[in-house]
Amino acid sequence: MSDDIESEFGFEPAVSATGAADGAAQKPARTSKRRGGLRRRISAVIVLLSALGIMGASYAAFAGSSGASDTGTSKDDIEAGRQLYSVSCITCHGANLQGIKGQGPSLVGVGSAAVYFQVSTGRMPATGQGAYQARKVAKFDEQETEQIAAYVQSIGGGPTIPVGSLRGDSATISLGGQLFRINCASCHGTTFKGAPLSAGKIAPSLNEATDKQIIAAMLSGPESMPVFSDNQLTPAQKRAIVAYIQTIKASKDPGGAGIDRIGPVSEAIVIWVGGVGALMIAILWIGAKTR
Amino acid sequence: MTTTTVPPRRSDEPRTPQGKAGKFFDDRLNLAKPLRVQLNKVFPDHWSFMMGEIALYSFIILLLTGTYLTFFFDPSMVETVYPKNGTYVPMRGITMSRAYESTLNITFDVRGGLVVRQIHHWAALLFVAAMLVHMCRVFFTGAFRKPRELNWLIGLSLIALGIIEGFVGYSLPDDLLSGTGLRIAYSIVLSIPVVGTWLAFLVFGGPFPGDVIIGRFYIAHVLLIPGILLLLISAHLALIVRQKHTEFPGPGRSEHTVSGERVFPLYAAKAGGFFFIVFGVCAALGGLAQINPVWLFGPYQPAAVSSGSQPDWYMMFLDGSTRLFPSWEIRLWHHTLPPLFWPTVVLPGILFTLAGAYPFIEAKMTNDRGKHNLLQRPRDVPVRTALGCMALTFYMVLFLSGGNDIIAKAFDISLNAMTWGGRIALLVLPPIAYLVGYRVCLGLQRHDREVLEHGIETGIIKMLPSGEYIEVHQPIGPTDEHGHGQLSYGGRPVPKRMNQLGAASPLSQIRGFFYPVKEKPEIQAALDELEQREHGDVETAEGPKQLTD
Repeated sequence: MSDDIESEFGFEPAVSATGAADGAAQKPARTSKRRGGLRRRISAVIVLLSALGIMGASYAAFAGSSGASDTGTSKDDIEAGRQLYSVSCITCHGANLQGIKGQGPSLVGVGSAAVYFQVSTGRMPATGQGAYQARKVAKFDEQETEQIAAYVQSIGGGPTIPVGSLRGDSATISLGGQLFRINCASCHGTTFKGAPLSAGKIAPSLNEATDKQIIAAMLSGPESMPVFSDNQLTPAQKRAIVAYIQTIKASKDPGGAGIDRIGPVSEAIVIWVGGVGALMIAILWIGAKTR
Repeated sequence: MTTTTVPPRRSDEPRTPQGKAGKFFDDRLNLAKPLRVQLNKVFPDHWSFMMGEIALYSFIILLLTGTYLTFFFDPSMVETVYPKNGTYVPMRGITMSRAYESTLNITFDVRGGLVVRQIHHWAALLFVAAMLVHMCRVFFTGAFRKPRELNWLIGLSLIALGIIEGFVGYSLPDDLLSGTGLRIAYSIVLSIPVVGTWLAFLVFGGPFPGDVIIGRFYIAHVLLIPGILLLLISAHLALIVRQKHTEFPGPGRSEHTVSGERVFPLYAAKAGGFFFIVFGVCAALGGLAQINPVWLFGPYQPAAVSSGSQPDWYMMFLDGSTRLFPSWEIRLWHHTLPPLFWPTVVLPGILFTLAGAYPFIEAKMTNDRGKHNLLQRPRDVPVRTALGCMALTFYMVLFLSGGNDIIAKAFDISLNAMTWGGRIALLVLPPIAYLVGYRVCLGLQRHDREVLEHGIETGIIKMLPSGEYIEVHQPIGPTDEHGHGQLSYGGRPVPKRMNQLGAASPLSQIRGFFYPVKEKPEIQAALDELEQREHGDVETAEGPKQLTD
């Protein structure tokens, strides 16, 4: 299992959406259950230890990760993140990320994935309390967002966004569709248009969501959304879902105007306004001579 | 037409090819006489009489496009895997039913398949919509009154069957959206007390989803229901021919006559042309606007469901009633009455029963036993019109509630607020609509009477020697010594503007815009003379002016 994850994402298996602390404890148990043989067990342990070692070493050295596009989690980044946090987040989430009652939840253990999702979609900093935080123009750029995420991650740990490609190749699109329909469509809809939940909460549309934001949302489970940890949807499956969403979003409508792809409601508007409306004009025209 | 004025009488033998062909058939089938009677029938002309035609023509379009689709559709629930090299990449390797796969093939592989499918679906939406509009016309003008109550009932059955036919057809592709609808339909059948379980098993051949329902729906969709629809439409039209069409009152029109154009050639030309307009609108929609993109929805799986799942518009009022109805579960005599039963079985039952009984209720309440061939203007029967407004408002609230999640999302309203708003609106708005409709009718009636009595407002303000200002009214008929009109209301539109009397016609403003006006010689001569005279007047009027300058 850990090989799979590592070969696909090239990151530490300790990074699971269930939280770093128990993630590390779970791994050996799971691997031993699924695989027989001392050799495999040993190899798994070695991989795990080496991964942990790499992680620890990187922390110790405050070295940047090997990710291509991502900013590293250097000490400077964490410090910059701390400063941004102290300016924009501290009022509601508290000086030690412990949260302030009635204002904001604790951020201990939410992980950089949660921070990335909330800040990059503009939801945080929030403009006010409410049933739902709507997507806005992001207040921080990509680098600042990563710095805040690194700071929060450095305090409490938690799920992080894997580095490397976040979107599966074209062969995985159909699998992603299948997984999307089972796991995601009940709230976001088969065409990603989103839907209202109870009492003003909303499952947002995925129209503007980037690969990274989708992955971050699955890992962190913002607001009403459940967490899809790597135990529930493997990283490969997550990437397949991203591939499906982004492919369908970019796809053209072969049948003409997509009328927002929301199905019968927009079709009802079109038939009554466009169809019946046009024909009413036609019969008024034909019958204009006689009154 | 034979004439007797020409002395050397030629033989009756036709000499043209068409004539010969006609004679060939007439000799064998004896067609000419009955056909002449039919072609000479007179059909009254009013724009509102063409709404039913839209339904008829969209039904014909449905038959044509539907037949094409049957060539490629496989109504089978057998599981299959979409091929690895299938045209639609996001479905490759996905398990689905043959019905869904063949729908994908119609969409992506069959030449013209997608556009025909879309025309078919749009025409289906139009079919039911046109029937509803037509029903409103018949209701608000009182065309359902004796002797036409039976045709009202046939029409109502057509609407009910049209809705069922539409729903059954919408279910055929076996996609995630329609499968969700099918799941609800199963639950509705299941909710019927005592017999529900057995009825559901009977229809679905066992518990949901089973493996026969698509095949059964298919034969119902392509043979059974269209057959009944065809039969009822024929009866509907036959009754119109037998009972003659109604018409609005007017000069020379009475309960015992029919006026209008003969079926052939003028009416046939109009109707034939209108058929192509309807076909054109359906084809334009089918080609320009995407409908029911099942490839985006995915194949049906009982475990999956999409948010924002709606039925087609004609079923949406039932979806709305289900969303609004409180979840009251009633237990009676060891039977459970599920909450679903009331909004989806009882409510439509009441609505259709009321609609079917309305002609008889109205006759009873107004003690009206006479035959009526002349229509009424909606304003002249305020109670009926107000009842119609009330019913339409009730229907609209249910209809909008069917899409209340989409509305909530689009306008950032809480879904709970939408549900409660719908519940309150459903009880409060219809009575308000009744009152408003009633008052509007009375107001329009009074305005008609006022114009008949005082004439049309000309917009000319006149100052009297006393300094008082009055607006000049143009009487539309003879007046008595007080200047009051003597015309009585005749149940037809009263002209309200000067241009409706022929003055200042908007058409006269654009005359001569596209090509020079060419009058008949005698009219032109009179016009020239008139212009000559006016020109002379102007000259004489302007002459002295120039001198003074």
